Amino acid sequence: MAEAGLLRSRLALAWLVLGEWRWHPGRFAATAVAIAVGVALGFAVHLVNGSALASFEQAVTGVNGVADLQVRARTPLGFDERRYPRIATAPGVTDASPVISLSARVGSGRFTLLGLDVIRAAAVTPSLIGTRPTGPDARSDAVFADDALFLSRAALTATRTRVGDRLPVTANGRTVSLRVAGTLPGAAAGQALGTIDIAAAQWRFGRLGRIDRLDLKLADRSAAERALPALIGADATIVSDDSQARQGDALSRAYRVNLDMLALVALLTGGFLVFSAQTLSVTRRLRAFALVRTLGLPRSGIVAAVALEGIIIGLVGATLGLIAGYAMASAALRLFGGDLGGGYFGGGTARVVFQPVAAATFFALGLAAALLGSILPARAAARAAPAAALKNAGDVLDPRAPVPWRPALVLLLAGGGTALLPAVGGLPVFGFVSMALLLAGGVAGVPWLVRWLLWPWREREIASVPRLLAIRHVQGAPGQAAIALCGIVASTALMIAMATMVTSFRGAVDSWLGQVLSADLYLRAESGDLDPATQRRIAAIPGIGRVAFSRQLPLTVAPDRPPVTLIARPVRGDAGYPLLVLLDRAAVPAGATPVWVSEPAARLYGWSPGRTLRLPIGGRPARFFVAGVWRDYARQQGALVIRDGDYVRLTDDRGRDEAAITLPPHADIATVRRAAAAVLPAGVSIAEPAALRRFALQLFDRSFKITYVLEAVAILVGLAGVAATMSAQTIARSKEFGMLRHLGLTRGQVTAMLASEGALLGLIGAVAGVALGALLGQVLIHVVNPQSFNWTMTTLWPVGTIAGVTAALTGAAALTAMLAGRRATAGDAVAAVREDW
Amino acid sequence: MRDRFVTMHAIETRGLAKTVGRDRRLFHDLSMAVAPGELVAITGDSGVGKSTLLNILAGLDDADAGEVRIEGIALAGLAEAPRTRLRRERIGFVFQAFHILPYLTLEQNVALPLALISPDAAAARDQARAMLGEVGLADRGRDYARDLSGGELQRVAIARALVHRPAVILADEPTGNLDPDTATRILDLFARAVRSRDAAAVIVTHSVATAAVADRVLRLTAHGLVEQPLVAVDG
Repeated sequence: MAEAGLLRSRLALAWLVLGEWRWHPGRFAATAVAIAVGVALGFAVHLVNGSALASFEQAVTGVNGVADLQVRARTPLGFDERRYPRIATAPGVTDASPVISLSARVGSGRFTLLGLDVIRAAAVTPSLIGTRPTGPDARSDAVFADDALFLSRAALTATRTRVGDRLPVTANGRTVSLRVAGTLPGAAAGQALGTIDIAAAQWRFGRLGRIDRLDLKLADRSAAERALPALIGADATIVSDDSQARQGDALSRAYRVNLDMLALVALLTGGFLVFSAQTLSVTRRLRAFALVRTLGLPRSGIVAAVALEGIIIGLVGATLGLIAGYAMASAALRLFGGDLGGGYFGGGTARVVFQPVAAATFFALGLAAALLGSILPARAAARAAPAAALKNAGDVLDPRAPVPWRPALVLLLAGGGTALLPAVGGLPVFGFVSMALLLAGGVAGVPWLVRWLLWPWREREIASVPRLLAIRHVQGAPGQAAIALCGIVASTALMIAMATMVTSFRGAVDSWLGQVLSADLYLRAESGDLDPATQRRIAAIPGIGRVAFSRQLPLTVAPDRPPVTLIARPVRGDAGYPLLVLLDRAAVPAGATPVWVSEPAARLYGWSPGRTLRLPIGGRPARFFVAGVWRDYARQQGALVIRDGDYVRLTDDRGRDEAAITLPPHADIATVRRAAAAVLPAGVSIAEPAALRRFALQLFDRSFKITYVLEAVAILVGLAGVAATMSAQTIARSKEFGMLRHLGLTRGQVTAMLASEGALLGLIGAVAGVALGALLGQVLIHVVNPQSFNWTMTTLWPVGTIAGVTAALTGAAALTAMLAGRRATAGDAVAAVREDW
Repeated sequence: MRDRFVTMHAIETRGLAKTVGRDRRLFHDLSMAVAPGELVAITGDSGVGKSTLLNILAGLDDADAGEVRIEGIALAGLAEAPRTRLRRERIGFVFQAFHILPYLTLEQNVALPLALISPDAAAARDQARAMLGEVGLADRGRDYARDLSGGELQRVAIARALVHRPAVILADEPTGNLDPDTATRILDLFARAVRSRDAAAVIVTHSVATAAVADRVLRLTAHGLVEQPLVAVDG
């Protein structure tokens, strides 16, 4: 019956909606823009992340060719080439192409250099085969020449060369002159790639007897997968396209999900803004709704009319948001890069890839936010008794009415409980659910907070009439205050939460850097090694006290996870002295080989002190005893420290990447630095701890830059919400101001009253936002961050930000209220008190 | 002469003229005087300018020509601030829609004009209580607008209009939202309170019953104010 009634009443419904739009076009436009901003941010961040991931996967495919399966070395040391014939003849394998993979550079241009057996690669990974140029100087033996280099278009651009040029190519610590013999048309756009003959690569770049991977062509995949594990050795692993994609995904997934969530905050704030605007609009129209209900419109008709407004706001806002989001994603990729400054996908350039599913999802979310923001006040309006509403909407307010606090408490308790649940699939799903529940509980608790904060003034005499009226109004109508504040409380809370997390994180990183950077000078081989001869020269530099060389290598522990970093360095005793900040430790049994695992590694792989684990180092699995867990904010995918001597025993690798030099007391760093520079080969950089610390913190700030932008937008949307709501509330109270002017309040006093109200609301909003933000910050620090990035830290409060946000919010709200008040009182006080609507 | 004039008339207008819109003349050369303790009703057709005249008397609107004096003080010569001060201290208002602030107690609503004049909260509270007692709402000071009927709300409005002992009370359709019985009781209360304070009151109304409580009834027409005979109304 209700539906039939609604259908018959569609003309009246259309009049109600269109009439409101004609009367307040600005309000509709503002709410649609709020939704558009939320959708645009969410969609843009998602598009950028998706595009970066797609470009990363394309890059992986580009370097891998299109092999069915790969046998890949677990570390850059490669594996023994004598395994090649055995693997090539394994059941299910029809062909195998050995590959050397090196990170190469020409001047400042960098590219991945692959050494290939052209005959084998032509059968297994034809996309990696170079093409000779056609023309008079084309040589038929170019492909097999030991100095013939084929470069992709991106590599030609990066190295600023042309086909036919001769280049000094540096890789693995050696510089070799190569001639650009042709191009790689099969390489993906933006993929900086080069290929040379595998024998030339092994010989000229010091990799004799080693290969980094075997690309396989299969006839029977399951037979191959059964046979290969026994043949590949402990220092290699089997990798498929699938596991590579998972590895790329795992590399940045938590970061991307966190950014997505942050972007959704703007949408949430937009939803609150719609809620505020629609609540006010509905309140203003209560008597109109009561009239049409009296005339025969069913109760559901009111809900339908307001919901229809919400749908139209949502449709317009979401459509605009998708268009703006796409444009923003293009701009962000150009300005910040594919990882929005996160530092996950170095090198390649990403182009925006339109994602229809994501577009549909964000469109639906925008629509849902607008619809929900409309339906809630519409339902309240539909429940109002028409007779009472027709009588006098203003008198409905009851300052003594108890403020509901149970829903807020239930939501807050549920949020707190949910925060204790573990991660799902490596993502802090329940952490985000907890934050959403806490946010909802916090916003629901604002009316109670308003009453509680103003409780001391309930009986107090207030001499100033403007101040008295301001305090009594806010105290008497906490629901209206909550409506004005919900958007800004949500965005402030999330901003304070993020600021608390970032401040704590930055403080923890800074203090950790201070602890670990205890030497006076650091050397790092940017390409290749510090070989034993160089190490001896460094140790003999006059004026140095002690030098500790270390080796850092990526070590693939699981094929579908990004590699951990294996660090070999001199270690004294069980405490990992001198450079490890231990969080937990176990006494090493006699005869055991210790390993100290970083906190992320311990959380990712479940390694705890006292456990024994097997690590594929040096061609066979070796047993290690976990001697401790150390704090590490540098390597999100985990790191392991083993003793220098154990590393040499297992690998016989004597090359090193880094050296930490400690000077005797009162030594002159500048003199030692000059002496070091004189003996160091090219490609070795020297840095002092202060510079390293500054560089690390710059990287940190860069990776969080995008979060600041998103927070700022959320705050701006929230402030726009406060402005719009206060403006609407002020206009709705023009009769009250008219009456006060009749009683003898000056315009200035009315404006002062509104400014006091605005400042009070802003202050309450800031208090609520900061308190809620502190709570959400704890969830970010102790739940979301450890579950996403496997880092823990102690809380540092961003006192400056809290004070700044509180002052800005109070000032902005007071100013907004004043401006709205001046507009409301500029009109005719006489007209305002007339009994019409 | 001037002093004598001031003591004779709380309100005096001379030659008032007002045109609204482009050329809609509401009244022209309108003169009237209301003595302290006198209650004058102004009637007239809708749109003739009754409320506009009331607002000009209150200093909330300006006449195109002519002069308004409240207790001998010419409004035309006053800037915004002294005009507001005069309204605050010497004029009380009663509106058709009551306009009782829902977030203040009734006591605070009544005390509001006193609070605008002096910061002495205790004195304001005591006077407001006494005034509420006078209008029959002695024990309702802690209540809110929501708890009251229309008639009771208008009593509160009358208490608010009188609490600071103004010389002039202006009422615009004070019983327009009330049933006849309640309207009669409210008007009696209003007339008694005005006269007992020796205030000059102007009531703008359509209602014959309302006009019946006045000492004089003036009908506003396009040609000016015309004195009407008093009509007794039963009940």
